[in-house]
Parts: sequence; structure tokens; C-alpha cells
Amino acid sequence: MPQFLKEFFNRNGTGMGLAILGLVLFWTIGLIILPQLSMLDFSFRPNLPPPEIGGPKDVYTLENYKYLIYGPEGGSQDYNTVDLRVFFRTLVAAVCVTIFNLIICYPIAYYLGQSEGSHIRIFAIMLIIPYWINEILRAFALRIIFGETGVLNTLFLGLGVWDTPFDFIRNDIALYAGLGYAYILLMIFPMYNVIESLDKNQIEAARDLGAPWWRIHWRVVIPYAKPGISSGCTMVFMLSAGALAAPQILGGPSSLWFTQLIYQQFNDNNDWPQGAAYAIVLLVTCILFVLAVMRLFKVNMGDIGK
Amino acid sequence: MSAGVGVDLENLWIRFGDFVAVRDANVKINGGDFFSFLGPSGCGKTTILRAVSGFLEPSEGNVLIGGNNMRGIGPNKRPTALIFQNLALFPLMKVWENITFSMEIKGASSAERRKRADELLDMIALPDQGDKLPNELSGGQRQRVAIARALCAEPDVLLLDEPLSALDLKLRQHMRTELREIQKRVGITFIYITHDQGEALTMSDNIAVMRAGVIDQIADGKTIYNDPNTAFAASFVGENNVFRGKVKQIMGNEALIATNRSGDLVARISTTNQGKMKEGDDAMMFVRPEAFAIAPDGASGDHFVTARVNHEEFEGNAFNIFTEGEGGKEIKVSIPNHGQSFDDHTGQNITLEYETHNAVIVPAGELAAE
Repeated sequence: MPQFLKEFFNRNGTGMGLAILGLVLFWTIGLIILPQLSMLDFSFRPNLPPPEIGGPKDVYTLENYKYLIYGPEGGSQDYNTVDLRVFFRTLVAAVCVTIFNLIICYPIAYYLGQSEGSHIRIFAIMLIIPYWINEILRAFALRIIFGETGVLNTLFLGLGVWDTPFDFIRNDIALYAGLGYAYILLMIFPMYNVIESLDKNQIEAARDLGAPWWRIHWRVVIPYAKPGISSGCTMVFMLSAGALAAPQILGGPSSLWFTQLIYQQFNDNNDWPQGAAYAIVLLVTCILFVLAVMRLFKVNMGDIGK
Repeated sequence: MSAGVGVDLENLWIRFGDFVAVRDANVKINGGDFFSFLGPSGCGKTTILRAVSGFLEPSEGNVLIGGNNMRGIGPNKRPTALIFQNLALFPLMKVWENITFSMEIKGASSAERRKRADELLDMIALPDQGDKLPNELSGGQRQRVAIARALCAEPDVLLLDEPLSALDLKLRQHMRTELREIQKRVGITFIYITHDQGEALTMSDNIAVMRAGVIDQIADGKTIYNDPNTAFAASFVGENNVFRGKVKQIMGNEALIATNRSGDLVARISTTNQGKMKEGDDAMMFVRPEAFAIAPDGASGDHFVTARVNHEEFEGNAFNIFTEGEGGKEIKVSIPNHGQSFDDHTGQNITLEYETHNAVIVPAGELAAE
């Protein structure tokens, strides 16, 4: 038995230790790894009617993945440009949402983390409570704000800033706002946690040595907050890329999100293998992308847990 | 001394809401001085330091550095560098980056910074440690890095906020000497905050004794130790035995005190209080433990105190005798050990003698907490 397991059992007792270990294993293996493995399995099989499953035609194939790249066999185009474009657009958009969120949330997290007083608690509650409202309602609320006859258009038309209603939805502004808003907490709180533990004297020391505010952030606060920043960015990126409700409700008619394609495959086309292949491609790409970015910014895996 | 840049506090008041942290402080710190603010925690000494460094604007009055009024000038624009109590080294920067952070701000090249860091590391006797991270150094080494980082900014005034308090006793004593030497070498003004009278006495040219926002006395260490002007200064700086009573008679610079417990005693009135005390005033007389000597039995008079010995201890360099004193407080007597034989007096009455110029009288006032 490895040392850490021995210590674990010594600390918790055999019965409790086994129970905790069992639950954790059930959680990771039973609820996460096995379903994903079965998705992986699906993705390599042809979409067959139920009687033929397990039959001679049920063999492993790369067809579903090829479809994403080349499109239907005998199709009019060499590549599946429609789906590929949606795929990359989703990734780029998710990156944009992440950066946008980071820019908005960093000052908030810094303020919350470095100020003292009971108003901080009130601010935190004000940030949390909107999340009691479910995602769909929140998305529709944004539609009310951004719609053609919505709050913003009424306001700006009334003020004479523009004379024809601006289509926030077709221009994807509503979508970005919705996605951004959906995950600000996941961005703020990891950063807040780290920044809160930053010794105020460090900031004062930097100031005392002559540093202007931006350099204090660049050299002292941001390096210190890096684990929180990477943790927040990872979550926001993953969740934005995998979001479904916000793109469905707030996206313009011409701007599909890759998750919507996956949803269509599973639900409308009833093609689980194809949906699974799309989902796997999205998942693996996102993971590889995150790992690459972490490498670029020299972030350790352990930091993400902070 | 006029080599360095002086600091003046003029009618300085600092309030936090209703709380007065600093009350009408007037201090003139000469350029090139090692100046200490000495007082118990919460007396406002750190507040003064923050006002000098610029992290805090005084409610009233002015801070002048080199004769220039600092009002409205932020900490990053003042010719001061502050060494924090917890040092506040940047944990993610290497030692050399820490030291030369102020040069980085001014846009110095990395080669210049390296060179300067090496010079400073030599000065603080930490050569070749520049590539370590702060947490790879010991407490004393980190301390020196913090000093180097502050000096690298080439401040006119270095402010030190109890920087030695986190070190163990031996290191603390060593660093006292080192700090004093560094100060002499660089020749700039040091303003040092401490609650440790030993630190203040050993290092400072001048000391301001503070109590509850008020500066009781500003003088050199010797004067503060020998000629305190308040009961607080007398009891806070060094060990002291207090005798309470009323002034019975003024005799020039001396006075006769009718003490509550030890009869009539004579002592010198502290210099600043001479001419201000009059008969009938509540007064306190202070005698240092080392100012007492054991008198022959039966001696009596206005500079003799008779008391019962509670217990004794041998401290190495001195024998300490603790006798019954006033209000449950013992009188401590230190007899230097120069190899003489020493009888145990426990339980006996002994007579103690002091020379009147070694005892000092001040108006009755608040004593320092134990």
C-alpha cells in the first residue's frame, strides 16, 4: 500500500476510510470516467438502427470524425466547412468571453480581496444572489434588455443616440454579454480567494519603492494571483465553450454554437455516435488548448486547485 | 550633523474618526540622525511613520522632509523608503529583483540592476545569494535583503517599522549593531519605530518616547534614561522603582518627598520639571535598580530606604534583590557581581542607599504597563 493511503487510513480509520474512498471512486469512475468512456465508444461506431446493434455492421470506424472534417460522402464540398467554421468560431468566441470576463472581473476581485469592511460581504451576496435564478430565465432577461424593442434600444432611441433599433442579437452582443454574465462568479471567486491572502504590505512596499499602480498590478498582484486567474480562466473557457442555453436563447439566427450542433446530432438527428464524436472533439480540443495555455503562462496543474 | 535630509513634524494631529492617534506632535529630526520613536503598541508611533512615508495624510499639521512640505505627495513620490515589520519582500521575485525593484521602475537595464544588486548584496554580506527566492533565506538574511531593497531606492530617509521584532534574541542584538553600522556608512536619516527600549537606546542618536498619541520626551538615550521628564518615560525606559508621595519641600533642584511608604526621601527634580513643581504636588520618585546599594544596618536618613527582602536571584552579572514595595510592587535592587561574597537576605530587613543625583522626581502620572 502506498504511504499516502496508509496515512489516509490511519487518520480516518478503516471503515470511514473505505467509505470515503468508495464514494470518491464512485464519483470519479462511476459518474465521470465510465460515461465518458461509453461516449468515446459510441463515437467510434456507426449509427445503426437498434436491431443491427451488435450485428456484423457494428464495427469500430472513424466515420463520425471524418464527417466533421470532410462532411457527408459525396457532398458538394471538399470539407465540412459549415461545422468546422462553427467549431472554430465557438473556440475563438469562448476565448474572447474568457478574456472579456477576466478584464471585468479582475478589478472586482481585487477590490473585494483588498478592501475591508462588512460592505464586502454585501457585495459578495449581491454577486451570488442572481445565480439563484436559473440560467434560462437569466438568458431571457437579457433578451428583454437587448431585444429590438428592449430596454437598451428604447433608452437609446429615446435619447436619440441612434434612430433605428440596433440589433444586439444579430450582432452577437447579447450572446457575449449573456455568456460573460453567466460565468463571472467562476472568474471572480478564485481570483478573490488568492488576492484576499495577498499581504497588503506587499502593495504598499511596491508603492513606497516608487511603483505606479499599473506596475504594482503587473509585478506584484497579478503574479501572486496567477493561480486564481488560471483557475478562473480555465473554468470560464471550458464552460463557455460547452454552453448551450445562452447560445440557444441569445445567439443570432446565423450564429450557431458548436454545442448546438452536438445537441442537434443527439436530439434532432438521433445520431448518438455522431454527437458523441463531436462532443469528444470539443472536449479534447478544449483540454489540449487549456494545457497549452497553461504551459505558455507557466501554470502548474496544482495551481488550478487553488 | 547636517549631512543628511532632516524631517520635521509640525503640530501633527492624526485622527481616525473620534480616536486621536497622534496628538500635536512636534519633532525635529536632524539630517543623518538615527532617530527612534519608542512606545508601547498602540501609542501612535506606527501612525507617525505612515504619515512620514505618505500612506496617511495627517488630519492637521505638516510633515516636512528636507524642508519641503509633503502634503499631497504620495508614498511613491517621497524621498523615503519604508522597511515593513514583516519585511514585505516580494515572494515571487528573486532576491536581486527584489533589491532592485526601485530601479526596474525607473527603467534601468537588467545588467545595471544585476550590478547594483551585487554591490548591495556585498554590503549586506550576502554575496552570491541574488538568485534565490526570499523564502530560501533565513530570517536574518531576509532582514538584510529588505534593508538592501530600501537602500537601493536611494532614499533620503529610511523608515523602519519594528523590523527586528520577528527575529530571535541573538540575531536581534546582532542586527542592532549591523543596522547602526549601515546607517553610519550610508549617512542618511533613519527613523526607527520600536517598543523595545534596548533597541532604541543602543542604536539611536535621539529618541522620542510616546504614550497614547502624545510624545512625552525627545532626547538622546542617556538623557531619557537618566533624566526622564514624565512618570511614563521613567517607567517605560529601562527598569525603575517608583516611590509615590507628595512634595514636602523644594530645595533648589532637589526636593524632599513625603513618600507613602518609605518616609521622607530626597532626590533631584528632573531637568524639564525644575522650577515647575511646588510643595504639596503629587510626585513620583524613581530609583533605578542599579542605583541602590546596601547600606550598613541602622543607617537612616533622607536617602535610605528600609524594606523586607522577599526573594533574591543571581543573574550572572548581578545579584537581584526584591524587597517589599508599594502597592504590591516589589523594589528591585541590582548589585553588580564582581566576585564578592553575597549573603542571602531573604526574610530580613535591609537598608538601601542611593545617591540623590541618581534618583529623579517627576510629577505624578501614568506609569507604563508591565
